[in-house]
This record gives sequence, structure tokens and C-alpha cells, in this order.
Amino acid sequence: MSPKDEARASDTLLRRAAAWLSDRAGFDSLREFLAHKKVPIHSATLWYYFGGITLFLFVIQVLTGVLLLLYYRPTPTEAFESVQFIMTRVQFGWLVRSIHSWSANLMVLAALIHMFSVFFLRSYRQPRELTWLTGMALLGLTLSFGFSGYLLPWNTLAFFATKVGTNMAGVLPVVGPFARRFLRGGEEVTGATLTRFFGFHVAVLPGLTTLLLAAHLALVQKWGMSTPEKHKGEILSMPFFPNFVLRELMAWYGALAVLGILAALRPWELGAKADPFAPAPAGIRPEWYFLAVFYSLKLIPSRVGVFDGEVLGVLFFGLAAVAWMLIPFWDRRPPGEERHRLLTGMGVFVVAYLLVFSALGYWR
Amino acid sequence: MKKLLLVLILLTAAASKAQTARDSCVTCHLALDGDLARPAQLFEQDVHRKNGFSCADCHGGDPSSDDVEKSMSRSRGFVGKIDRRSVPARCARCHADANRIHRYKPQQRVDQLAQYRTSVHGQRLAAGDTRVANCTDCHGVHDIREVRDAESPVHPLRVPGTCARCHADPEHMKDYGIPTDQFDKYQRSVHWQALAKRGDLSAPSCATCHGNHGAAPPGVASVAHVCGSCHVVFENLFTASPHKAAFDSMGLAGCVVCHSNHEVIQPTVNMLGVQPGATCTNCHVEGDKGYEAARVMRARLDDLAAALRASGEILRRAATSGMEVSEAQMELDMAQESLVKARVAVHSFVPAQVEAEVKKGIAAAESSRRASETALAERGYRRKGLALSLVAIGITMAGLWLAIRELESRNGVA
Repeated sequence: MSPKDEARASDTLLRRAAAWLSDRAGFDSLREFLAHKKVPIHSATLWYYFGGITLFLFVIQVLTGVLLLLYYRPTPTEAFESVQFIMTRVQFGWLVRSIHSWSANLMVLAALIHMFSVFFLRSYRQPRELTWLTGMALLGLTLSFGFSGYLLPWNTLAFFATKVGTNMAGVLPVVGPFARRFLRGGEEVTGATLTRFFGFHVAVLPGLTTLLLAAHLALVQKWGMSTPEKHKGEILSMPFFPNFVLRELMAWYGALAVLGILAALRPWELGAKADPFAPAPAGIRPEWYFLAVFYSLKLIPSRVGVFDGEVLGVLFFGLAAVAWMLIPFWDRRPPGEERHRLLTGMGVFVVAYLLVFSALGYWR
Repeated sequence: MKKLLLVLILLTAAASKAQTARDSCVTCHLALDGDLARPAQLFEQDVHRKNGFSCADCHGGDPSSDDVEKSMSRSRGFVGKIDRRSVPARCARCHADANRIHRYKPQQRVDQLAQYRTSVHGQRLAAGDTRVANCTDCHGVHDIREVRDAESPVHPLRVPGTCARCHADPEHMKDYGIPTDQFDKYQRSVHWQALAKRGDLSAPSCATCHGNHGAAPPGVASVAHVCGSCHVVFENLFTASPHKAAFDSMGLAGCVVCHSNHEVIQPTVNMLGVQPGATCTNCHVEGDKGYEAARVMRARLDDLAAALRASGEILRRAATSGMEVSEAQMELDMAQESLVKARVAVHSFVPAQVEAEVKKGIAAAESSRRASETALAERGYRRKGLALSLVAIGITMAGLWLAIRELESRNGVA
């Protein structure tokens, strides 16, 4: 057989294999779906990319998390040493851990930007209420990932921040004491807390996130990208595949570059091993995304009238979060209607509050 | 029910009245003015009062009688103001009686009087000198408190001030021919810093070295033992050193020759060596063995300190650039520990012993330096890797952008 004949035979074999796969897996309908899916083009298209960037960072989290699992040991006697081993002895262990930690923080940032862009573009209005709710639940899970992962290196700062954080849960009326005991696995932050935070971090939260993510993406596909009212008249759009996907890919590469720069120039610190019997170090504070709430709670006096200040603060922030989550149900205007000035003002206030109080919490 | 309540109230009132009537000393003296009222006022805070003792337990008399002729009658054992010479024996009636004192404090010692009699204070009092300290001069008279009570004059934090009331008073001490600057000197010492500034109640004060009830100045032979009761390692090194025999033969008192007694200031490496101001040159002169040993020991300590500084600087650079340097830090800590041990080994006055610790320290500092240099090299490697990765990412992004441009110029957008 001549080389030409060989190539033709090989090509035919590949085509047959592809056709076989397509018949069984239904690739034709997927190709058909992608060929017709469009993404609107307007001045706010940029914000569409942040959902994808959040997804990309989640995938990075999963991949680096799996690599860390090969060496990490979730016990008080070995956790710190195993992370130290990863950072100093394992080939590129420092890179994997630093990317895991930095991408966790960037993921929270990207998720927040995504949430506020959806809020300001009014994309949560009907029929996308469920998309908003699943998105809010995913944000909650992302923050839970951060809170549970923070303790895993078992260093001093994480140990005491977890103590403070779980204490805050404990001040809730009625369910508080149970919530604190459930989170800690006892009355104090101990090895039992580490074990269950590890369990939440690598099993419970990823499972829930995968389910919710599937639901969120399915809803996005069902209702398509929302177009803001003022751009409704514009008819420009681009095919989802390959135009939008290629652009999204560029954004992912950009995020990867940022991650690389941060991991190489500012490797994530390990700190000192936690000593449960040592006094809490000065200047103890949680991760940046909890700073605004943490600092606000510090400012509330211990008694406000007849109420305990801390309880009042935790309840207020809890109710504020629930109210924010239920926005689609109290802003019931049709998607095509004009902007809601009061809501826009409230959104600007929330963003300004988070920025200012996070900065104050960091520097004070 | 009402009747029962009334009976209870009456009984309580009667019991209370009877109790008050039994301690007529306090009742009457509180009703008096000035100096006569003061003892009764102070006695309210007294540990004896709190344990059920009354004025009569020391002063005699009959506190159950409100009639002053009876309550302060000599026939009923009243002694009035207790003569200073009798105070120790009076206190010892209880405090030397184990059966009695252990009812209140099972761990309390009962040999205070025996100890006191061996002290300079006790001996002088027995000889008729009533200006020396007895029990009440240190513990107080009518407002005696437990030693652990922060207001007690013999609480660890207050002992130096209590001793200084007499020993820092030139007028009081003029007949005894001893200096009165001990308290001033002590306040410049590391011991005072530990006691008064850091609040370390185990830090030595006057009584730690001189004893409390058996107060006596330590003689030449016992000084090393006094210091060694806390500084055990130093005592062992000194006792085995060539200085021990030399000091003994010259009648010099061990530790205090270099460190002083009351004014034990923070020792520094500058005490060692042959430079101006070094303690060693107070006795040693150029050409003798001690002079050479001092020079060598100082030089080697300086070598180790320099190695520590150099390694510390490289470590700091690696740490501030975000590298994980815990192992280098551990080595540096070991080198620092060796420096401390080498400084301790100086008290053997044998250069070879100092050298052994210096060698360990320099090896650890060297190991730390190598680890830090490796971390810095790794930092450079990472930055090169980052630069290459960024170039690759940049090229890929540019390729993607060109592909999008080409695609959209070919197909346009809907």
C-alpha cells in the first residue's frame, strides 16, 4: 500500500470512529446547539466573562487541591509539617500550594464581581430568579471553602481566626451553641475541628458545589445571557462557539498569568505552627473577604440598649445577607422596565461599605 | 412560724452582742482617739484577727470584761506594750508550735525563732541592741498580712523596700559601720529589673541571698553557693575552673569579683577580653595565661556573633522575598543557642570549652547561610520560570486574538 493510500485509510478510520461516537453520545445535537447559541455584544459584555473566570478558578482549585491531597495530612500533629514539606521538599509543591491559595482568593473576588455585575445589570429579574439564587448559594459555598481551607495548614493565625469565626456562629440565638459545637466538633477548636473542616473542604463542599454549579450553568443555558434594557435595541451578537469561547479562553489565560505572578513573587506564607495553649497573637484578623463584617462587629458596643451588641450585629448581617439573596422577589419589575434608582443606590452603598470597611479592618 | 422566726432573730442578735462583748479591747480602743485607736483600726485587716485571734492573745488581759480595771489587769495577764526584746519570743509562742500553727497553715515552717537567733539581728537583740529588726519591723505590728498579700511589707515585690527602710537610712545605720547604698545598687541590677519591672516574683531580692529570718551577710566562702542556688551551671563551671583555687587563696568572693553583689548589671560580652573596660584586665596583664585566654575566648565569641549576623542578613532577604525559610531559621536558632552556651562556657575560663560551642555555632550558622542562599537561588529560578511562562501565555493570548480577528473578519458578527 502506498503512503497516500495509507493516509486515506487512516482518515476514513478516524471519520468512522467520530461518526460512531457522535451517534452514541449525541454530539450532533451539541454541535447544533453551539452553532445557534449567541452572545449579545454591547458596552457591558465585559462583565459576562467574570462568571467564566470564576469557573476557571474553581477548576484550578480542584486540580491543585487534588495534588495537595497527595501529601497533606489532616491531624494537628502533622498538618503544619505536611504543608511545610509540600512547600520545601515536594517538586513544585510551593507553586501548587501558592496557586491553590491565591486562586481561592481570586475566585472569591471574581465571584463578587460577577454577583455585583448581575445586580447592577438587573440580570436577576424574572425569569432568572433561580439563576440568581443558585449563584448566591455558590458564593456562600465559595466563602465556606475559604473559611474551612484557612484552618487546614494549622498555623497560629488560622487557628485563632477559626476560634473567632466559630465563636461568632455561637452567638446566634437558639441555634448558636449547637452551630458552634457542630463546627468545632466539641467546645474548643481542636484536632476534631481540623478533621471536620478537612472533610467539609474536600468532600462536602465540592460535592454541593458541583451539583449547584451544574444547576447554575443549566439555568444560564436555558435562559441565555441577559441583555440590559438600554442595550435591548442593539442587535449585535456573536456566536458562543467559537467567538465567545475564544475570548473567554483569553480571559482565562489572563487569570493564569496573574496567578503565576502572584505565586512566584508572593508565595503564600505558612506562618508559625498553631499552639492552642499560647495567647492569641496581636492583630489577628480573618481573610480579606470577611474583614468588613469582622471590623463592623468590632465597632458595635457590647450592649445596645437591652441587647447584646455582638448578637445584634451577627443577626443584622445575617438578615442583610438573606435580604440581598431575595432581591429578585422584592424587585419584581419586569426585565424590560427602567432602572430602579433606590436599588442602584443601595448597591453602590454596599460596594462602598465593603471597600471602606475592608480597608479599615486591614489597616487598623 | 412567726414565733420561730422571732426566736431566731433574737438568738442571732444575742450571739452577736456576746461576741462583741468578748473583744472589749477593740470596742474600747475604737472609741478612743489618735494613737490609742490606731491599733484597733489596723487590726481589722490583720491575718490573726481574720483567723479568730484577739488583742489578748499577744497583750494578755481579759477581753470579756468591759471594765477596764479587769480587762487590763496584770492579774489577768495583761502585759501592755510588748518590750522589743520580747517580741520574737512572744510571736514564737504560736509560730514555733507546730501543733498550733499547722491548724491554720499545714505547710508553715516553725523554725523562724531558731533562725532569727542565728542572724545578726537576733544576736544583736539578745545583746541588748533594740534598734535591730525583730518580727514586727518587717511583718508589721497590728496589721500583719499574709506574705502573698500584695500589701504585706514582706510580699516578694516589697521585700527590698522593707529592708531599705533601715539599711538605706544612714542615720539608722551609722553605728553599724556598713554601707547604706545596697538598695540603690540593687535597683540598678538585673535582679531588680526582673522583680520590679517584669513582676517575676521568683527573682532574687535581699532575702533570697541573705536569708529572711536567719539574715546574715554571706561570707566569702558561701557567695558562690548563694549565686549557685539559682545559677547552678555557672556555679559548677566556676567550681571546676582555675579561678576557684586562685580566688580562694586570695580571699576573693567568687561571682561578685566580676559581677558585683548588689549591683549585678546585665552582663555583656564586653566584660570579656583584653580591651579597655574589660573585667579580665582588672587582674590579668599582658603576657600571663589568663590574659591570653581572655583574648582568645573573646575573639571566638566575636567570630560566632559575626557569623550569626551574616547568616541572619541573608535569611532576612530570603524571608522578605516570600521564601519558606523555616529550616534556615531553625539552624540560625541553633547557632544563637550555641552563642548563649559559649557565653556560659566562659565561666569555665578554659578556651577549649568555649571553642567547642563556638565550632557548633559556626557550623549551624554556615548551614543556615547555605539554606538561605539556596532559597535565594530558588527565588531567581522561579522568577526566570515566571518570565518564560508569561512570554508563553502572552504569545498564546496574541494568537487567540489574531484567530478571533481572522474569524470575525471572515464571518462577521450577527
